[in-house]
Amino acid sequence: MSKAELKETALGGIISNPVFVLVLGTCPTIAKSDTISNAIGLGLATAFVLICSNIFISLLRKLIPDKVRLPAYIVIIATFVTLVQLFVAKFLPDLNTSIGAFIPLIVVNCIILGRAEAFASKNGVLMSALDGVSMGLGFTLAIGLMGAIRQGLGAIGLTLFQKTAGGFIVFGLLMALFNFVFYIINARKTKALFEKGGN
Amino acid sequence: MDFTSILSLVIAGLITNNIVLVRSIGICPFLGVSKKLDSSVGMGAAVTFVLVLSSVVCYLLYHFVLVPLEYEYLQTIVFILIIAVLVQLLDIVLKRISPSLYNSLGVYLALITTNCAVLGTANDVIANGYNLLETVVQSVSVGLGFTLALVLMAGIREKMELSKIPKPFQGLPIALITAGIMAIAFAGLGGMTF
Repeated sequence: MSKAELKETALGGIISNPVFVLVLGTCPTIAKSDTISNAIGLGLATAFVLICSNIFISLLRKLIPDKVRLPAYIVIIATFVTLVQLFVAKFLPDLNTSIGAFIPLIVVNCIILGRAEAFASKNGVLMSALDGVSMGLGFTLAIGLMGAIRQGLGAIGLTLFQKTAGGFIVFGLLMALFNFVFYIINARKTKALFEKGGN
Repeated sequence: MDFTSILSLVIAGLITNNIVLVRSIGICPFLGVSKKLDSSVGMGAAVTFVLVLSSVVCYLLYHFVLVPLEYEYLQTIVFILIIAVLVQLLDIVLKRISPSLYNSLGVYLALITTNCAVLGTANDVIANGYNLLETVVQSVSVGLGFTLALVLMAGIREKMELSKIPKPFQGLPIALITAGIMAIAFAGLGGMTF
């Protein structure tokens, strides 16, 4: 693997952020970003499942027949989700009451199946693990950011923002903000290119 | 089980505890397939059908296979496999029986496996300890609630196509904010009880 590929994979979680750029895994992002602790808890649980499933799917990628690959991936993912579920229920009872209902839903989080299909099924173990770490932390960062904003707004009395409606609105506004920043950066880039290229 | 408790399950599933707008489960298809009114109706119908079928099958399997064998911890793995198999089965059956319905649903059918509303409801039914009748009522009303949210959103988005929206808000951001405002309306009815 080349250095450029390595860099691209390592920074994938930020540059192609699963939440704000790829728009995957929106359900947990909106539902459980009401407080920072919920957000980070669910983010890390998802990251753990993502890293483990990426590693195992990458290891088994030559053994799994192409036709049954999706059910095979789902079983691998569900196994790790069950591990997390049992671990949280046993050792983190507080977190279990607040995000317990959403832990089994990590199975159907499109980020995990998406990375399995797009990355782990085509790349080696180390790269897949790196991709899992990068994407998992990118997801945790995004959901943590939403959690911080919503808890902050809730703390100053705007409790609406800690309800589902607030989750939708904060997510929409953040996405618009990122779009805006991208537009400015792109406009600058094309302008600079124009000035450099022209005359 | 009396009539009022059935009615409150239906109202909760449809409005006050709407799976998309209040509980925020199943948002991917809600945002992805709500651009056109007719495709949103098709998606809603397909999800409702799979949701009812899978909830009932998961309920039966959990109570008559997993509990007697004390394999409850396999719930997540078994449920997601049941849902995947049911969706695949429905795909095959519909292709044979009703090609026209298959063609109108075809694209969305495969997506239902990864719809968290389906797995979420199957888990809910077990967590809440519902009986078979309550399971059916709950899953039908949750499915209809999903369809309601999807159809309302599609209606709004079709109108929004024609209006002027600031460039950074075009596409998903404005859809999310619209959904937020809809969610305020749905949650506002939360105090209703029977």
